[in-house]
Parts: sequence; structure tokens; C-alpha cells
Amino acid sequence: MLSNHKYIAFETIVIKEVRRFTRIWLQTLVPPAITISLYFVIFGNLVGRRIGDMGGFNYMEFIIPGLIMMAVIQNSYSNVVSSFFSHKFQRSVEELLVSPVPNVIILSGFVVGGMVRGLLVGGIVTVMSLFFIDLEIQHPLVTLSVVLLTALVFSLAGFINALFANSFDDISIIPTFVLTPLIYLGGVFYSSSLLPEFWRSVSALNPIFYMVNTFRYGFLGVSDVPVVGAFVILLGFAVVLFSACLLLLNRGTGLRS
Amino acid sequence: MTTAIAIDNLTKTYANGLQALKGISLEVQQGDFFALLGPNGAGKSTTIGILSTLVNKSGGGVEIFGKNVDAHVYETKLDLGVVPQEINFSQFEKVRDIVMTQAGYYGMPRQLAAERCEKYLRKLGLWEKRYERSRTLSGGMKRRLMIARALVHEPRLLILDEPTAGVDIELRRSMWEFLTELNEAGTTIILTTHYLEEAEQLCRNIAIIDHGRIVENTSMRALLAALDKQTYIVELAAPIRALPDWGDAPLSAEFIDEHSFEITVDARLTMSDLFKLFLLHSVEVSALRSKSNRLEQLFLSRLDGARGGDEHVVQP
Repeated sequence: MLSNHKYIAFETIVIKEVRRFTRIWLQTLVPPAITISLYFVIFGNLVGRRIGDMGGFNYMEFIIPGLIMMAVIQNSYSNVVSSFFSHKFQRSVEELLVSPVPNVIILSGFVVGGMVRGLLVGGIVTVMSLFFIDLEIQHPLVTLSVVLLTALVFSLAGFINALFANSFDDISIIPTFVLTPLIYLGGVFYSSSLLPEFWRSVSALNPIFYMVNTFRYGFLGVSDVPVVGAFVILLGFAVVLFSACLLLLNRGTGLRS
Repeated sequence: MTTAIAIDNLTKTYANGLQALKGISLEVQQGDFFALLGPNGAGKSTTIGILSTLVNKSGGGVEIFGKNVDAHVYETKLDLGVVPQEINFSQFEKVRDIVMTQAGYYGMPRQLAAERCEKYLRKLGLWEKRYERSRTLSGGMKRRLMIARALVHEPRLLILDEPTAGVDIELRRSMWEFLTELNEAGTTIILTTHYLEEAEQLCRNIAIIDHGRIVENTSMRALLAALDKQTYIVELAAPIRALPDWGDAPLSAEFIDEHSFEITVDARLTMSDLFKLFLLHSVEVSALRSKSNRLEQLFLSRLDGARGGDEHVVQP
């Protein structure tokens, strides 16, 4: 397939994906914005006043980067897993599989679609947060690169989930039983300095802990983890997951009998 | 003549141990209208799945227009259009978007894609429905949409897996006309169908597959010529109480009721001979019709022969 043909195919998949989640914006864009706004009101405003400072910042300032990251993670993941599984379920994925689109383009198209939704919801949440505090970004490049990498990693993870899923139950198990606990235990609502030594070590095994803290570093200039190390971990996850997705696609796992 | 498809000793064993294909070999020439027939579970869809890369083969080789499908994945896919048995487009998308998206997968620039989209949606009578969501289409329209989608990149080879299943007779005939035109314009077509009349009407060559093996592979003409007997239902203008004695005539007859009987005649007996016999025995005929399609009879006899006559074929 020629390069320009590959680009057209890639663009087609991305446009189709974006069209899909914007068509159902009431299900895809509004609910996360409302949920995260409730977090702002309840945890940030009401409970946060009683908590006081966290890591040297008022509680609202402290949790906002984590809540934005939570929206990005959940939406990048759920967009790819639900969209690709729906393609499998309706068998419309066959349109793609019989066409000459290389697997790397199929993967890139769906992943970029997921990233766009994750970043769009993240953007909406960021705008909502402006109603509560004046946000300042200390390290814009770090903020941008970590949010892009996080959206990429969770879009890839969603793709793997979709490949193995055989029913709609299978696409909700990982988000419910794995992703949500990892997010909540990833330092969104607290600083790891509050944790006993043992649980601090356990947190170090949670990849979301690095994402949240590096993102927070971008906003506030402080982090519980070394930023360079966090980027290495994130890049490592992205490379491993991308390679795994490609390998599974080439094998036809979950797609070809 | 160029070979459109060359299948060599193709085998497929599924993970559950089912041996769907047991070494089939087949050639389809460029420009052919080829029927691949067989009962349910015979291996037709598996064969088509392998050709369209939706199913991984266990062994053997497949070439499309002289190119191995494993070594030349992208080139062979460009030559191929597939209309699957089951509806497989998103039910939430609009008709035009479905075709345009498929064009995009083939790397078609937007202008060209729009022209082709209009061309095939018009030809298949769907242009007026282009902005409607696909779930609102009737069953026949959905089938036509799958054909338009498969043709948007103008493949040299079109595979149709039961394209007229569940389609009313009027629409089916208009689809036959469309497919005939397409074939005459140079597109090689492989058709699987349960309507044997359809295969007889459209196809020049035929393969019958059963239990993962090819049991017949010949031209439609040669196959139909092999039919040695044909059974008719005779409707009578005047009622009779018993069948006449036909003497040495190469036929057998069975009384149905006083207004009709069934007659099985040897292929050597012409229609003129048959009517002379009716006249001779004062049988006044008001209508004569084939009890079953000619190809259907052959299909059943070939399957029966291949199975040693010990199995009953439920559905052709």
C-alpha cells in the first residue's frame, strides 16, 4: 500500500472514530464532565476545606491534575475498548480486515481516536476546573507530553482488552476491577508522603501513580516521583503495549479463526 | 487465460478440532461466473473466509491473479471484493458513510471515493437512501449496500456469499441482472447460494463442496448434460381414475390424484415424444412443470454419490 493510501486509510479510521463518539456526545462527553465536576464540588470544595493543605497546596489545587488525568485515562481506555469491541460484535471489523489497510494503521487509527476522546474530555474537565480555581501550569511541555503518553498507553490497553473480549461483560471487567482501583490508589486524592512505608512501596508498582504525579508536577512543580524516571516508565509501557497490540493483530487474536 | 483464483490442497482445522477443509484444490479463470455450492457446513464459508483473509488456513496455498495471498497480502486484497453472508456494517452509520469509509480503507482520494459511491449507490437503487441510517434499510437494501461497499474500489474479483438470501424474487432478479452486467464488464465473480436456480441462471462453472472436499468441479453445461432423468408434475385437463399402461416407454409415473400425476422421464425421451405418448393414451394435459430445479436434482445426486447414498441432504 502506498504511503498516501496509508495516510488516507489512517485518516478514515480516525474520522470514523471521532464521528462515532461525537455523535453520541451525551453518552461520551457530558457524563465524565459532570462526574468530575462533582468531585470538584464535593472533594475539592466541601471536604477539601476541612482537609486543609496537601503537599504544600490547598486540596483543590492538589486534586485537580489527578482528576483531569483520571478523565483522560478512563475515556481513552473506554473509547477504544467499546469502539473496537462493537466493531467485532457487529462484525463491521471485517470491512477493515478484508481491506489492504496494514495492521499498524488499524491500530494507530483506533488508538488516535481513543486519544482524541481522552484529551477532549480532559480539556472539558480542565475548563470546568477553572470555575473553581485559577489554574497555572508550571511546566507546559511536561504536562502536554505526559497527558499524551498516558492517553496513548490507555488507548493501547483498551485495544488489547477489546481483542480478547468476547462479550460486553468482558469490556467492563478491567475498567471496574483493575483500572478504577489503580486510579484511586494512584495518588489522585492524596500524597504518597501520607502513606506508611509499605504502602508507599506498593504504590511504586502502580503505573498510574507515576502518570498522576508527573502530570501534577507539570501543573504545580512538585511530584512524589522522579519525573525522568516516570517518563521512562511511561515510554516503556507505550512501546511494550504497542508491540503487543501489533503482535496480537498480526496473529489475528480475537479476530480471525 | 489468466487464473483469477488458484487454490491448492487447502486445509482448515478449527481450534475445536473440526476439519472444515480436507485438501481442496480449485481454479477459477478470470472473467468466470463461478458457483461454489454445498450444503450447510460443507466448507464454503471457510473457503471464502480464507480467500478474504478472515480465516487462517491450516495448510495449502491460495493465489489470486497469480499472487500468493500470504506473500502479497496488500496486492491481493486490492483485487478482492467480498460480500459476506451476514450483514456486517455498523447499523448506526449512514448509507453513504459506510461506502465512503470503505473507499477510505482502500486509500481512495475523497473526490474519487464520492464519485464511485454515487455510481454504485445509484446502480443498486440506494442513492435516495444515502443519508439514512443503515438500520432503517430493508433486508434487501442492506444486501445491496454490502454489494455497493464491496465494489467501491472496483475489484477484479468479487466474492458473493449468499447475496440474495432473504431477498424477494423481484429484487433477486434485478440483482441477477446487475451481477450479469458486472461479469460481462470483466469482473470475475464467485457465488455461493442456496438458490440453485440462481446458480444455474448465472454461473458458467461450478464446484460442489461437501464435508470439506470438492465432489464436483465442472462447467454448468457439462453438469446439466449429465442429468439422465427429469421429473415433471402433469396437470390434467380432464380427470382420470388410473394411469395408462405406458408400455416400453422409458419413463415411470405415479398417480397423485385424478387431476394430476408425477412422471419421471429418461433424458433420451424428448418433449415431443412425451406429448405423443400423452396423445396416444388420451391423456389431456393442461400444464406441465418440473418437480424440481435441474441443478437441484444433480446437486442432490452428487452429494448422495459422494456420501455413498447413506445420508440424507436436508438443505441444498
